[in-house]
Amino acid sequence: MDIETDKLLEFYRKMVLIREFEERVKFLFLEGIMPGTIHQYQGQEACAVGVCSALKKGDVITTTHRPHGHCIAMGMDIKEMMAELFGRITGCCRGKGGSMHMGDIEKGVVPAIAIVGGGIPVATGLGLAFKMKKQNYVAVCFMGDGATNEGTFHESLNMASIWNLPVVYVVENNFYGASTHVSLVMKVERISERASAYRMPGITIDGNDVLEVYSRSLELVERARAGNGPALLELLTYRITGHSRRDPALYQPQEEKKKAIENEPIKRFTKYLISLGISEATLEQIKDKVRIEIEEAVKFAMDSPYPSPEDTLKDIFV
Amino acid sequence: MARLTVAEALRQAIKEEMRRDENVYCIGEDIGIPGGWGGAFTVTLGLEKEFPDRIINTPISEAGFFGIALGSSLKGLRPIVDVQYGDFLFCAMDQIANQIAKLRYMSGGKLKTPIVIRAPVGFTGRGAQHSQMMEPFFLCLPGIKIITPATAYDSKGLLKSAVRDDNPVIIFEHKLLYGAKGARSEAGSIDASSEIPEEEYTIPIGKGIIRREGTDVTVIATLLMMHKACEAAEILAREGISIEVIDPRSLVPFDWELVRKSIEKTGRVVIVEESPRRGGIGAEIAATIAEEMIDFLIAPIKRVAAPDTPAPFSPALEKFYVPSIEKIMTAVREVISLSS
Repeated sequence: MDIETDKLLEFYRKMVLIREFEERVKFLFLEGIMPGTIHQYQGQEACAVGVCSALKKGDVITTTHRPHGHCIAMGMDIKEMMAELFGRITGCCRGKGGSMHMGDIEKGVVPAIAIVGGGIPVATGLGLAFKMKKQNYVAVCFMGDGATNEGTFHESLNMASIWNLPVVYVVENNFYGASTHVSLVMKVERISERASAYRMPGITIDGNDVLEVYSRSLELVERARAGNGPALLELLTYRITGHSRRDPALYQPQEEKKKAIENEPIKRFTKYLISLGISEATLEQIKDKVRIEIEEAVKFAMDSPYPSPEDTLKDIFV
Repeated sequence: MARLTVAEALRQAIKEEMRRDENVYCIGEDIGIPGGWGGAFTVTLGLEKEFPDRIINTPISEAGFFGIALGSSLKGLRPIVDVQYGDFLFCAMDQIANQIAKLRYMSGGKLKTPIVIRAPVGFTGRGAQHSQMMEPFFLCLPGIKIITPATAYDSKGLLKSAVRDDNPVIIFEHKLLYGAKGARSEAGSIDASSEIPEEEYTIPIGKGIIRREGTDVTVIATLLMMHKACEAAEILAREGISIEVIDPRSLVPFDWELVRKSIEKTGRVVIVEESPRRGGIGAEIAATIAEEMIDFLIAPIKRVAAPDTPAPFSPALEKFYVPSIEKIMTAVREVISLSS
């Protein structure tokens, strides 16, 4: 697939933005400046950027307890995201959602559903709405490997299949459900095999190759948009940070971790870009800009007021 | 005017709302299968003929189709989700409690989730898993409105309001009040039919009604228990005891003003509910009355409820389990005898 340089650099910028955002958040959290809990996305950036870059305005995603990468890839305002993490009124959910419920429907992100598997039927319902209203949009459902053992996964794929809904189910297989290795909880070698039970295409690809993720996502998204039904896309990736908060991820073998760091998507994509003749200086410039953007977001968040206590009582009913 | 059963009135409400707004649709198990029953209790019978694309029969996948209803509501559709028996709501509880009830709040008020959940309740010789009164499980769940119509007139008016409401609303329908016919009729049913006006009407959610005026004791009861309370009141009237029967019709929001006015007059209150006593609706109503209206009371509050056990099957046991007219009358006599 021929992709113009500007687009390649935009992929790079978004992946770096996710990485730098997450690293900054991790620091703020460990410093004790940021409240709450966090589930981070370092190492999986190619999944979010590759998939979301294949979407058009009007398409919608559902995300999970690990949503920051998806939100950034969908173009959400990182100032509002940072403010949400700090629990400020200027946050994307006015301080009521926090890390695990980030979203902005204007940008096509349903507030993240942090119950494993909980978002799968919701994405399916978005697909049903597009079909019933004869709208030419697609719903993408992000989930982890662990979610595919939930009943909602099977119920949703079945219904999407019998009703031929425009939904693409994206499994980011990072090999661990919290601390439990995927091999301990399922017999299939490829999660995409599960698609065959619902007679939809199931594909497993390298989730750390952003161009591969982008091109295969585009294929499945456009297939769904054309009325040819749902699909399951498994992306093999790796979480190079803990499951949450201060998790040192001792269950990930050292050797495996080392390999994963060699294989992480930004390093790989950087090598590729340089092989195309793009200068390191260009890439550094992008990184610098991203860092400034993130510092502005932190400042915006920390300067923003908290919601007032009475705001607790608002937004329950329309 | 035509006399309709509860099932017919609900069907008419759904039909009118689907004609009025093409975004309204029904989703659930067995709701529109030609030759089938129109849901477990005939409410959607035949609607698939007029709305072939908007009566969606699902697999037996409650968690799945409740989440689907939610997802579709985010893009402007207005689903009416049907479970065959209220007990099955537990299968969908994550979607209802964690998603449907909370998504608007978690979004900081940016989303609307107009979803109607229809759930039959009531003890009808089906034992522990096809009978439960589900209201207490939802009463403690912020983010969902709850309505409990006891007559055909209220069923139609409240369901229409629920469909037009931009929030999630659960409507609990009682199996012994449906008046369902043929193969789906229920032994022990009570006639809850009403004259339904030709012209359109709705009933606001959150407004209760005085079913019978009285001066001695306020009895608060919904659904089947409201009908039993009225029967008890009829009998007690012959003893010279004057009962005021209040049917809240909505549990969330709750018409506290109506209750306050009644208690101000009677000074005594009995709360009747079909579900087990512990943590029930009666507990919530009694606690609020005790906190906010104690000055009006001249006698202790009494609750009439089912025991804290699962529902038994045997008719002999079920008869003991479900609050009876006699138990209501005993409670009324007690609060009168305990008056200061």
